[in-house]
Amino acid sequence: MKTDIAIIGGGPAGLAAAAAAHDAGVKDILIIERDNELGGILNQCVHNGFGLHTFKEELTGPEYAGRYVDMVKERNIPYVLKTMAMDISSDRVITLMSREKGIYTVEAGAIVLAMGCRERSRGALNIPGYRPAGIYSAGTAQRYVNMEGRMPGKEVVILGSGDIGLIMARRMTLEGAHVQVVAELMPFSGGLKRNIVQCLDDFGIPLKLSHTVVDIQGKDRVEGVTIAQVDEKMKPIPGTEEHYDCDTLLLSCGLIPENELSKSAGIKLDPVTKGPVVDESLETQVEGIFACGNVLHVHDLVDFVSQEASVAGEKAAEFVQGRLGTPVKEVGISCKGGVRYTVPASIDLGRMADKQVVRFRVGQVFKNARIVTYADGEQLSSVKKRIMAPGEMEQVILKKDVLQQHGDLQNITVAIETE
Amino acid sequence: MFKKELTCIGCPMGCGLTVTSDRDIPEGEDTFPVEMRDELTVKGNTCPIGDDYARKELTDPRRIVTSTVRVRGGSLPSVSVKTDHDIPKKLIGSCMSALKDVEVDAPVKMGQILVENVCGTGSNIVATKNINRVQ
Repeated sequence: MKTDIAIIGGGPAGLAAAAAAHDAGVKDILIIERDNELGGILNQCVHNGFGLHTFKEELTGPEYAGRYVDMVKERNIPYVLKTMAMDISSDRVITLMSREKGIYTVEAGAIVLAMGCRERSRGALNIPGYRPAGIYSAGTAQRYVNMEGRMPGKEVVILGSGDIGLIMARRMTLEGAHVQVVAELMPFSGGLKRNIVQCLDDFGIPLKLSHTVVDIQGKDRVEGVTIAQVDEKMKPIPGTEEHYDCDTLLLSCGLIPENELSKSAGIKLDPVTKGPVVDESLETQVEGIFACGNVLHVHDLVDFVSQEASVAGEKAAEFVQGRLGTPVKEVGISCKGGVRYTVPASIDLGRMADKQVVRFRVGQVFKNARIVTYADGEQLSSVKKRIMAPGEMEQVILKKDVLQQHGDLQNITVAIETE
Repeated sequence: MFKKELTCIGCPMGCGLTVTSDRDIPEGEDTFPVEMRDELTVKGNTCPIGDDYARKELTDPRRIVTSTVRVRGGSLPSVSVKTDHDIPKKLIGSCMSALKDVEVDAPVKMGQILVENVCGTGSNIVATKNINRVQ
């Protein structure tokens, strides 16, 4: 089987990429989705607040997904469900598996990676204790409660103040559970301010910063957890232990892009984002394979996923149509002063659009600081920000005409500078 | 003398707001009467959004409530729902109780009204997802 563009993943990134590729003139597209419906993780995010930037209204997750599912269906873009992509080769042959069709391969003219991310597991957190029932990632609990109509437990402790954990603190409370505490290892929350206020403060749920779980009690089922304060090196401080009787521990300790397939294709990953290294066209270092959404870097708002995915879809279409061109000279983007990474990591002046969005995250909370960009040491722009936090994505826009004035441009720098 | 600390949700800055008033919240109420809106003193905000937020939170706090209700004969056992307008914050619990025993038949269409005028708020409970019928 052959297709012009294969899109791996039918969540918000895959759907937006498909619609954009179609609008750019490529009609032979295949979306590959492992779940039994399109929409991805949005289907279990029943809370509202999605789409404020894109649609100027606050939609719930399923409603936001529904808008993009409609776009795909209006365009008659083909998709397969309950189908798992098992392998991608560097020459863009995808191995798929489904219950109905068994194992088969698809040769793609271009591939858009849109597999999303997954939650950091208990195993990755190194919490001592037995392995009793009652320990869930916040997203797993979210699926049980919101889609399968099951409650994971009644007395709940949450480790990690990521947005999913905060949302689940409210959701479990509304469904009758008692959420005793949210413990966060860092001295600040990784979640949005609005979620801390509306999911914890509204219900009187305490948030303990610089605290972590040091022990889980119970052999068959969780019977309790011990939480302790940590010092600036994140080591538990003896004597600060507090015990909580509970039957459930939810983990909301970060998201990691899901890149097993990217690795099988030989795609270079960024050690900071754990996603593929991409250029201005969101093309990975393997020609014709593009990446977008949470598989590329974990986003804070789905609106930005959709925007980014549209670009990936357009660029994949240009590649198939032979319009994209080959990169002539990749100019690297360096990070300075608290900028953890940038997407893209490099820009080809020939291929870049008139305005190039560069997204990044900062490593700590900054107040009254500036985002400053430089081309070969010369300042291009300086934007004052009242606040920047690790939980929120930031962006700068690079202008092609300005960069072109620098004859032999070697390097672009994005820096945070405090006053 | 009334005093309350709030965190503004207008932006990531999260200004700590202090609201004070010569008068207290009337006994048996959770909030000030709406007429008191302009008589409250708000401090700690660094822009007008914080001022407006604090006054609204203490006179007429509202939330959109999202949840799920049970579905008979559907491709999933429940369907996600929301109130079609924001409802008074103090009615969130009553709204959840009202949804506890609601059960609807598949198919369910996104936007379909499942409960009218929930808890007398004037808001309806509407489905936020399509659920197909399966035999």
